Order: sequence, then structure tokens, then C-alpha cells
Amino acid sequence: MENNLITEDIQKNKLEKAFEILKTMASKPSGLIGLTIVLFHVVLALISPYIAPYDYKAISPNTMLLAPSAEHWFGTDSLGRDVFTRTILGGRTALTVTFFGSLIALLWGGLLGIFCGLVGGKIDDVVMRVVDAFLSIPWILAMLLIVSLLGTSTEVLIPALGFFYGKGIVRVARAATHDVIAKDFIVSARARGHSNMSIIWNEIIPNVRDAILVEGAMRWSWMLLGFSSLSFLGFGVSPPTPDWGLMISNARGLMSFAYWSVIAPIVGLSSLIIGINLTADAFAKALGIDRSTKAPV
Amino acid sequence: MLLLILKRIGLGLITLFIVSLITFVGVEVLPGDACTTYLEREAYGAALDACIKRLGLDVPAYERYLDWAANVVRGDFGYSLSGEMPINEVLGPRVKNSLVLASVSILIGIPLAIVLGIITALWRDKLPDIMISTITIFSMTIPEFISATLLILIVAIWLGWLPGIVIIPSDATFYELLSNIILPVVAISMIMTAHMARMVRSSVIQVMASDYVQMAILKGVPYWKMVFRHVLPNALLPAINVVALTIAWLLGGVVVTEVVFNYPGLGRLVIESISNRDLPVVQALAIILASIYVGINLIADLMTLMLNPRLKSLQIRK
Repeated sequence: MENNLITEDIQKNKLEKAFEILKTMASKPSGLIGLTIVLFHVVLALISPYIAPYDYKAISPNTMLLAPSAEHWFGTDSLGRDVFTRTILGGRTALTVTFFGSLIALLWGGLLGIFCGLVGGKIDDVVMRVVDAFLSIPWILAMLLIVSLLGTSTEVLIPALGFFYGKGIVRVARAATHDVIAKDFIVSARARGHSNMSIIWNEIIPNVRDAILVEGAMRWSWMLLGFSSLSFLGFGVSPPTPDWGLMISNARGLMSFAYWSVIAPIVGLSSLIIGINLTADAFAKALGIDRSTKAPV
Repeated sequence: MLLLILKRIGLGLITLFIVSLITFVGVEVLPGDACTTYLEREAYGAALDACIKRLGLDVPAYERYLDWAANVVRGDFGYSLSGEMPINEVLGPRVKNSLVLASVSILIGIPLAIVLGIITALWRDKLPDIMISTITIFSMTIPEFISATLLILIVAIWLGWLPGIVIIPSDATFYELLSNIILPVVAISMIMTAHMARMVRSSVIQVMASDYVQMAILKGVPYWKMVFRHVLPNALLPAINVVALTIAWLLGGVVVTEVVFNYPGLGRLVIESISNRDLPVVQALAIILASIYVGINLIADLMTLMLNPRLKSLQIRK
């Protein structure tokens, strides 16, 4: 009974803490703008299939390269497809792929990092060497190789992105684990006879979570950048799928007279990336983690 | 000191060794070998046999790795399937073109970043800082292909000042290149400058708050003398590592920029070799790009060591 009360209390505190972090983030204009943009994109991604005025893959020779008008708010592209429909659905593609990709990256990067920080020694040395080696291969080369050999379906893209953007998280999780591992409460948990799993779950994860989450938020925006670059180069999702990178690369050749079909996805992608960046920065500051001196690795 | 330098070089070599293993094993493990991948539907009979013989795919994998590694160490990367010539001949002009692009961007980017970083730090939270910081946030977060596309749209198409798409053969002379790289250089140095300027800014702000700068102010050292003698040397030192990482990170972004501007450098070769499914070239590129990354980081580490006497006695671990 007493135990229940305590956990309830902790859970309430967690909610309150999350709300407080949100409030701190929104207290600065940059954080507020970032949160608003991200929220706008998420809501739009959720409702876009229901509000899209046209079929995203309906090709029609009669409506090719129309300028923006009342029927076609953002005009039409070279195949006669409505740019507004494809732009709002493109956000859905981008957010779905990068959300699940980031989740995978956080999970394997965080757990491996914590593991390495805990065991140390030879295993740690070997794993970190391999992570370093992966870091020194340009991401684009590795991603292109995997995608070109395994195909460009989302089932390949999401794990591939998750894998490549997780390697940086390994480093952060390992460093954060190193920071807490020598603290007294770990030693006393050991002395109380807690198992390794229980120590990881109850003592280490709550203490390294903030650092890992901040890193994950940052990786999210880089993953979005990476994913749309891949689509732009023709190695991302395959053509009929509405995707910003793909739309920009298709419309680029005709932009001297049909600039609208390239502007709409550019605005969509840029605003989402900027929004995520501002949010991640505000999140880091609200948690008291300074990222401004870090290089993009 | 010497031991430390040797250790860092050793670690770099180990990293490169692992990179070579990863790329080799990766190509082995993924479905299809270099020949069936390259020939696709024509992978049978005489063509397949000839290709297998050319690449020596009929010997066991570990022997091939040792062979390949030994040749790479000697500077021979093997044979390009799509170009039907030694990879070294394919690489030569591409490396030169990319070097021209990168060095011009760096020559413009680093001084500009230092100046912008100092301005934003000294006028912190005032109008110049707010304006420049907003622009840097924009230019470092927006993907390379978007800023490059917008540059073409605005400068080349709407204003008509410059040619948008560079059409130069890969063996163009230095002067032919130079007149055509303005837009690619702007696109690349924009992002690079933004990253470095932010780094310089926070570094200068940190040093400005330190005790010895306060001391210098109290002692009555003139403001600009204090900035140049006391603040900058200490603020720019930690920036070296970040500059190195930024340059290395740009290797990925340069691929996209080169494709957008159709610039015949290493980056476009990456895309071409992957589109042509030319795995020997992909392997060569992985090793070369990884060596550049490791090399730049090594140089930056050594420079920080040389310039900072305090670090000499410490062991540096990243």
C-alpha cells in the first residue's frame, strides 16, 4: 500500500517534471518557435491523409505545371500532380522514417554505450575502435552502399538510418555512464547486493537518460537531413511516394519556369529541420546541457 | 611527447585498418559479389568469367583481402569495372578537382568564421550578434542540396549573374575550374563558416569571462589590445579540433553539393560508382575518404599539442 503511494507520487513528479521542462523550453522565443513548428508538422503529418485535396499519385496531362491557383494552392508538378497534397504528405513520410530511425538509434546506441561504460577494459576498447572506424566513413557512402545493394524500401532505410546515426550516441552514453559509475549510490547499490540488471535499470539509466535524449534529439535532425539527401540523390524512398527530397530533385530541372513545385518542399523540409534544431537546443538548455561547443560528428 | 604522437598515429592506423575490414567484409556479406553486381543480368558465361578473372574473385576472401590491402598500402587501388581502367587513373583528376573546391572554400571559410565569431562574441546579444547568429543557424541547419538549389534559383536563374550548372570535363585545367566554382564554393563555405563561427563565438565568450581577462581589464589594458593579445590566442586554440571535425564532416555534404552543381570531384564519383555498381571503386573511395578524416583529426590533435604546452603532459583521450 505504502509502496503504491510512493510510486504514484514519483509518477506524478515525473509528469510535473516533464511539464516544467516544456515550460522552460517555451520560455525563450527560439524554443517556443521550435516547439510550435515541430507541433505544427506533427499535427499536419497525422491529419494529412484526411485533408489532402487530391490523390498524391494521380497523373494528369491536363494539369501539368500549373501555377498556384485556388484549385491548386501550390500549383502542380511536371506530371500534373497537386504540389500541396504531395507537400503535406511528404512531411508524413519524413517524420515516420526519422521517428522510427531515431528510436532504433537511441535504443542500440544507448544500450551499447551504457554496456561499454560499465564493463570497460578490453571489450570497451575494441567496441570503441570499431565505433571510431564507423565514424570515419562518411555516412553518405555507407548509406548509399547499403541502400543500393539491399534496395530502397522503408524496411531497409529505417534500420540503416537507425544504425548509422546510433554510433554517435554510443559515445555519449558511454561518457555519461563513466560519469555516474563511480558515484556513491552505485557503490551502495552494489553493496546492497543488487544485480547488474537492476543497477543498470534503476540507477544508471535514470542518470544518463537526459544526455542520451538530448543527443537523440540532435541526431533526429541530422537523420532527417541524411534521409532527405538520400531521397534527393535518388537513393531514398522510391518515386510515387510523396517525399520532399524526391520532389526537390524532380522539380529542380524545371525550376526556371515552374519554381513553385520546388519552393513548397524546400519550405517544408527547411522549416521542419530548423524546428527540430531549435527544439533540441531548447531541450538541452532546459536540462542544463550545453551543446554549443560540440562539433557535428 | 614523441611517444604520445606515435600513439596517436598508431590509433589512426588501427582505425583505418578496421575501416578497410568493414568495407571489405560489408561487400562480402551483402548479396552478390562485385562481378554479379556490376554485370547484373549479363552475369553469365564468358563475361562473368572474364570479370572474375580480372578481379581475382576465384581465390578465397582472406587471400583477396591481404592482396588488396598490400596493394592499397603501395598506392594501387585496383581496377575500375565501369571505367575499364586502373582506379588510380579515375581518381587522379577527381582528387585534384575536389582539392581545388575544398581549399578555396576553406581559405574563404576559416577567416570569415573567425571574424564573424569574434564579432558575435564581442557584441553578444546585441544587434550584430542576433542578426549574424540567426543567419548562421539557418545556413547550418538547412540541407546542402536545398541551399545549393536556392543559390542556383536565385543567383543563376532569377538574377542571371552566373551559370547555374557547371559543365566541365573532369580533366579541366585549374583556370577553367576556377571560374566555375563560385556557386559551389559559396554553398560549401556557407555551412562550414556557420559551424565554425558558432564555435569561435562560444569559445571567445568563455575566455572573456576568465580571471586573467578580468585582470587585464582591471590592469587597464586597452580593449582591442586585450582582445588580440589575451583573448584570441586562448580562444582559437580549442577551435582547431572543431574546425577539423567540421571539415571532415563536410566530406559527406560535399557529395551532395557536387551532384547539385554537377562538379566532377570525388563526391560525384561516389554517386557515379554506386549507380554503376562499381564496387572496387566504392571500396577505394571508402578508404580514401576515411584516411582524409583520420588524417585531418590527427593533424588537428598534433597542432593542439604543439600549441598548448599544458596538454603536453596530459594524455589526450577523445
